[in-house]
Amino acid sequence: MSNQTVLHAKHLESSAKMVDFHGWEMPIRYSSQIEEHHAVRQNAGMFDVSHMTVVDAKGPQAKAYLQNLLANDVAKLTTKGKALYSGMLNEAGGVIDDLIVYYFAEDDYRLVVNSATREKDLAWLNAQTNGFDVELTERDDLAMIAVQGPAAKATVGKLLNSEQQDIVADMKPFFGYQAGELFIATTGYTGEAGYEILLKNKQAPAFWQSLLDLGVVPCGLGARDTLRLEAGMNLYGQDMDETISPLAANMGWTIAWEPSERQFVGRTALETARETNNSKIVGLVMEEKGVLRAGLKVISEAGEGVITSGTFSPTLGFSIAMARVPNNVGATVDVEMRKKQVTVKVVKPSFVRNGKSVL
Amino acid sequence: MSNIPAELKYTSTHEWVRHDGDGIVTVGITEHAQDLLGDLVHVDLPDEGDALATGDDAAVVESVKAASDVYAPVTGEVIEINEELEDAPELINSDAFGDGWLFKIKLDDITELESLLDAEGYAGSIDEDE
Repeated sequence: MSNQTVLHAKHLESSAKMVDFHGWEMPIRYSSQIEEHHAVRQNAGMFDVSHMTVVDAKGPQAKAYLQNLLANDVAKLTTKGKALYSGMLNEAGGVIDDLIVYYFAEDDYRLVVNSATREKDLAWLNAQTNGFDVELTERDDLAMIAVQGPAAKATVGKLLNSEQQDIVADMKPFFGYQAGELFIATTGYTGEAGYEILLKNKQAPAFWQSLLDLGVVPCGLGARDTLRLEAGMNLYGQDMDETISPLAANMGWTIAWEPSERQFVGRTALETARETNNSKIVGLVMEEKGVLRAGLKVISEAGEGVITSGTFSPTLGFSIAMARVPNNVGATVDVEMRKKQVTVKVVKPSFVRNGKSVL
Repeated sequence: MSNIPAELKYTSTHEWVRHDGDGIVTVGITEHAQDLLGDLVHVDLPDEGDALATGDDAAVVESVKAASDVYAPVTGEVIEINEELEDAPELINSDAFGDGWLFKIKLDDITELESLLDAEGYAGSIDEDE
């Protein structure tokens, strides 16, 4: 089974190298992954993220449903269009997936969920509606294009009419507004400014082409991974999964413990984990030759750990990684590399923001 | 199908070998190999004077995606390495059969060249991989 997005033909026109990504045939790169990466850091790049799952949740109990479903609390959302990042946990307190929820009204929300686990996620979302007066609608009529980089907003602006431009003019980060036929969100997965845009499938190829014509560089999953890792953002299935507590995946900030009477799926297990969890995600930096890779063993005085994501950072020019290690890890750790053991620096898991090193 | 120059010799592990005369060969990795690896970020070359036997680990090329060993395609002594790759590993991506060469070997036995694959044989070995 191989799914294709509505932009598949556009990718082939741009000579994309296509790979299987959790059942979707997606571009890994068009030409040079590193040049695509730099385009996003320095100018503007775009990604086809139409394989992500968009679900609208509407009904009198939409809010109550989401307060039960998510570890973060949608009660924080009171401004129309405001978005919230949250984990969706199982009863054991592991992460089923991470998602963004947009608030339009207390009976009207939109979820944008990961792509890797679409069927599992949809099944879970539907199962949790039990007992709530809420209706879920999967929006597979919509495509999604992320346009990211310092020039991204201005470039997209050229394709908007004056009414749409007014709507997005003063948008703060982490909002999503319907602007004519486009749903425009100030979200992303790169550490740069930009938009994630939802639009009707049939409009997507022409919109993509207009962006290409304006010089926006098409970017594949390869650049998406190096960009999100430089930004210190988790990737589901690598940095966290169903067996990992959000507390051990730097998602502690996404758990709304208060009000304490709010019950959500996984809360009981999480309260235990809060007392017992002894690991966290840190950043690793290796300035010498070589590339830290996922799965490599991390050795420290505090105990062993593992690299969950690692790559060469095109912006920094050396290797960076995220690793799950004991809480009391020191300033350096050793990593078992190919044929050698290397001492690397431990840093906060955030490396690049808005084109600049934050190390 | 990527470019496979007819005048070169090849190994099934994606090295190319060019005979420069006098038993001296230039070695690199093929365009197909660099395409599989993607953007290269580090290259570890042998030292000049190293004695290599066919099949030895001679170099490591590392891309954003993966690290890969480069094997000595023939037996002999390393007489020159491409030092430009230290700062510009991307030359392998942009010109695998030219500026992206890795090292030169003085062959112990020039007849060993005959045991390498020709372009057609290499093309066939790629097809088997896929």
